[in-house]
Amino acid sequence: MEDRLNIPSITGTDLVFDVAGPGGRSYAFIIDWHIRLLIALAWFLLASLIYAGSLSWAGVADDSLSGYLYIVALPAMVIYLLYHPVLEILMDGRTPGKRMAGIRIVARDGKAPGIGAHLVRNLFRLVDSLPFAYLIGFTSTLVTENNLRFGDLAAGTLLIYDAADEKLALKEVEAMHGARIGLQEAELVQELTARWDSLDSETRLDLGRKLLKRLEGDLPAGLSSEAVLSRLKTHLA
Amino acid sequence: MDKWLQEQLPRWRDAANQLTGIEKSKSAQADDVMNTVHSYREIARDLSVARDIAPGSKLTRYLEQLYARYYRALYRKPGSLWQEIKDLVLVDAPAIARSLGQQILSVSTLFIISGLAGWWLINTYPELVSLFASEEMINGVSRGELWTDDILNVLPSSMLALSIFTNNVAVTLFAMCLGVFYGLGTIYIIAMNGLMIGGIFAMTAQHNLAGRLFEFVIAHGIVELSVICIAGAIGVSLGMSIARPGNRTRAQSFHRASIRSAKLIFVCALFLIGAGLIEGFISPDPGYSLSFKLSVGILYMTIFVATLSGVPRYLLSRNQQV
Repeated sequence: MEDRLNIPSITGTDLVFDVAGPGGRSYAFIIDWHIRLLIALAWFLLASLIYAGSLSWAGVADDSLSGYLYIVALPAMVIYLLYHPVLEILMDGRTPGKRMAGIRIVARDGKAPGIGAHLVRNLFRLVDSLPFAYLIGFTSTLVTENNLRFGDLAAGTLLIYDAADEKLALKEVEAMHGARIGLQEAELVQELTARWDSLDSETRLDLGRKLLKRLEGDLPAGLSSEAVLSRLKTHLA
Repeated sequence: MDKWLQEQLPRWRDAANQLTGIEKSKSAQADDVMNTVHSYREIARDLSVARDIAPGSKLTRYLEQLYARYYRALYRKPGSLWQEIKDLVLVDAPAIARSLGQQILSVSTLFIISGLAGWWLINTYPELVSLFASEEMINGVSRGELWTDDILNVLPSSMLALSIFTNNVAVTLFAMCLGVFYGLGTIYIIAMNGLMIGGIFAMTAQHNLAGRLFEFVIAHGIVELSVICIAGAIGVSLGMSIARPGNRTRAQSFHRASIRSAKLIFVCALFLIGAGLIEGFISPDPGYSLSFKLSVGILYMTIFVATLSGVPRYLLSRNQQV
């Protein structure tokens, strides 16, 4: 079941957030983990090749070891360790992984968390990642209200679902403008026509016929798949 | 319905564009802010209508997103990073350190008692030193050599400073964060560190090397160990916030304690940078005398204590009055 969070606003219209569950959070984390690992590794290999001429420090002269550390190893470590706090601050509670998963960090009152809250949230990864593979953090998201890990409890934050692409969401709303049917029916028609090619022929014909029957009443027998699709599209025109 | 949508769509598009401008700018003109407030109210009204006529639809979800964006933008804290850092160092850190006085005292006492226990343990049972020191260290000390003697031949100062800083930050953060286990994790880390230091000093004393170890430690060690004790005090306060939340829920109490004490840990971490540099460049260098190292240690500790006592703020305010 989806968790929803209602926050009263001064306008009298509550803000409603869908709270991200352990699945959404894990999905975002796994994407981010791969991104930061790949970027850090890419930096390490590239800088090592340029600086040392090989992928190891074995051939680096003793007096060049400091340079190797500061140019090759340290930036790679910084990328890996500071990926989350830096990007979450710069991207207003998101990271590329969270963006792909359509989730965002907000304070528990729905406002944008401050820099301090972002830092504290990331500091407590030390606890959440114990004893291995974020077991404490993951278990915590399963048992707490609003699916919080220790970092969220400490920083007063939570993760909510947020449209991955707001412009796309507006376009979808715009596409329904001009429809000759109700908004909810228009959404159903839009969803079905958009997914038409990915559905198998029997299913799409069955769904299309059911939807057309709801919109137009009784249908002539033997309507082909193309005819059903074309009649559905006329309702959106 | 369609007419309503037709009328509102261009307005929503404009509102989203206007909002993007407000979100990206660091400051805004009064007119822009008033327009944003006005749009916020309009979107609230539209959302209310959409929830009524099309609950759960894409339209409603879109307006909910837009409404939440307005809310975040309007209630965004006025941000000046420099001012925040200044307040953190001059105002917040001293106030928090003062409020944690009892915990700092308790953790420091625990650390000292553990250190004495470590000393007694190794003096009484010298064979137990392998619990605290590696075989290489024990063999070196038996030959009359400290592991710190030729450390600069192994690592250059800058690398040494960096690796020490990283290690100190890790110990400090663990001492703090493990407080979430009702303070027990913190107590374990502080006690273990105390035992280890006491044990190591006892081992070196048995071979008449304690003076040389003291000479190595004195310049950076006072601040370094103080920071670890403060991190421990913060960890204990986190544990107490969960164990005894008072009239708040445990989550609220933990959140309040974490945000408050994290401010102090960031200021302490800044001092670990200095401690790392001293440990990398001054402590292992035999060119510096004991009195010089002692002076550096006392001076650095004075700056540390003065910062956490609010002296810089007092001096600044006095200068402004003059």
